[in-house]
Amino acid sequence: MQNIQDLEKILNSELNTKIKSSLIKHNQIYLKIDEADLTEVILFLKTNSKTKFRQLIDITAVDFPENEIRFKLVYLLLSHEFNQRIIIEIDVKEKEIVGSITSIFPAANWMEREVFDMYGIDFKDHPDLRRILTDYGFEGHPLRKDFPLTGHNEVRYSQETKKVIYEPVKLEQNYRNFDYESPWEGTKYIKEQTKE
Amino acid sequence: MAKETKTLNLNFGPQHPAAHGVLRLILQLDGEIVEKADPHIGLLHRGTEKLIENKTYTQAVPYFDRLDYVAPMNQEHAFALAIEKILKIEVPIRAQYIRVMFCEIGRILSHILNVTTQAMDVGALTPTLWGFEEREILMGFYEKVSGSRLHANYFRAGGVHQDLPKGLDKEIGKFCERFPKIINDLELLLTDNRIFKQRNVDIGVVSKQDALDYSFSGVMLRGSGVPWDLRKSQPYDCYEQFEFKIPVGKNGDCYDRYLCRIEEMKESVNIINQCLANLPVGPIKTDDGKISPPPKKEIKQSMEALIHHFKLYTEGYRVDKDEIYTAVEAPKGEFGVYLISDGSSKPYKCKIRAPGFSHLQAMDYLIKGHMLADVPAVLGSMDIVFGEVDR
Repeated sequence: MQNIQDLEKILNSELNTKIKSSLIKHNQIYLKIDEADLTEVILFLKTNSKTKFRQLIDITAVDFPENEIRFKLVYLLLSHEFNQRIIIEIDVKEKEIVGSITSIFPAANWMEREVFDMYGIDFKDHPDLRRILTDYGFEGHPLRKDFPLTGHNEVRYSQETKKVIYEPVKLEQNYRNFDYESPWEGTKYIKEQTKE
Repeated sequence: MAKETKTLNLNFGPQHPAAHGVLRLILQLDGEIVEKADPHIGLLHRGTEKLIENKTYTQAVPYFDRLDYVAPMNQEHAFALAIEKILKIEVPIRAQYIRVMFCEIGRILSHILNVTTQAMDVGALTPTLWGFEEREILMGFYEKVSGSRLHANYFRAGGVHQDLPKGLDKEIGKFCERFPKIINDLELLLTDNRIFKQRNVDIGVVSKQDALDYSFSGVMLRGSGVPWDLRKSQPYDCYEQFEFKIPVGKNGDCYDRYLCRIEEMKESVNIINQCLANLPVGPIKTDDGKISPPPKKEIKQSMEALIHHFKLYTEGYRVDKDEIYTAVEAPKGEFGVYLISDGSSKPYKCKIRAPGFSHLQAMDYLIKGHMLADVPAVLGSMDIVFGEVDR
């Protein structure tokens, strides 16, 4: 088995200009790269005989609404031969279009569709970029931090029209997010109420 | 005059007994030959990941039961391991043994369900009836240890919730004595059965390369001849201390996957037996009061314990800012949790990597050129549970 430190060295020497930073943590390599180099780096990791990351485990995104570059796209790869995992991160702005890796890994198809569905990140050259997990005709991207937990619409069967209809969510009680930072001052929403 | 041919679009599901849940499969048929399959998923989407972001780490555990609901504890395991790695908690050895034991029980639960329903999909009813009797007993063990037959909520970061009740180890031991005979009975019904073989041999063949490219894991990968099992290659908890074999298939068809599952059940019984024989005594969760709640008795006497209890069940424990991916070998394949913590008591992001998601993705590739009647056979051998695919 190849040592993880050696692997990091190989990566840094072969891809030196493309890697923004690399780090070993929890026995995994964390790699930060630019969006423009994504397909090239992934193809290298898959095909190179010293890395052999031949399985794509998952693709996901993380939303940081307060950052200027809002999203972080994460690719998880696994090498069976060397028994190593690698986590590749790229920063993506809102409305930026990212290159698809479906031509390298066919498994990326649904994973990219999921990222598109949940975060609204577009992929260039994706063969079939549709929503995947949400309802037909759904609007918004649920895993963005500014999407409300309760959603916007609810469904019910209407006796009058004899079919299932969509309505804006009506809640008897709002979802209460308790803030336990200081029990003496009360939770955030009580503070806001007393201010008014 | 040339004969006009027309393809037929067929809607398979969302309410179809062989769809194993709520799968809408749009099939393009040329006569009885499937030309294209387009799975529409998400009918069971509950927004688990979003909900977890809004709950404390303790409150998030039950959501993992509801993913692959035929093997709940295996998934709790992945989440518990992720937190333990970030917080660098040492898990007591007895807790590790209990967790391994219940993960293997989960594996048997899942494989019984899959093997027998796969048989039902191709026409055999008896295995289901025999198999479910055993599942009932196993779920009884779940109930005795956690209070719930399905949604256990038993694993915690740092150990398990409670110790085994008195006498449970003997009961599990008894089960392990008789269960190999039940597997044998199932095999007598299926393994050499002419109809079962006709429906499964050389159906849904996956080559080694394609299994890797399509991100297959678990039995789907091993059935194609790739010897890869996270319990062996990246052992977690105390799996290193056990001796077990990894069954690997040869042809990568539905029949090989069935054989792999049968053999895996035998290995699981073997692991449980080893667990019972060497079950250490001692604590079942970490004694760090900042993470695991104090025993009831202490709350009545110790102020510190009372404060800990209050803090743990209101705010919850905090997890340092970190980012980690941990995976376990769930019965269906590699189940992973990609966790980003921000130092608060709620996860910032928790991506769940479900094995069934990538398996179902390959449906179009697997079924192209097969007959319509092979759709349930292939779907059955993929071991799809919609709780985890849709999340």
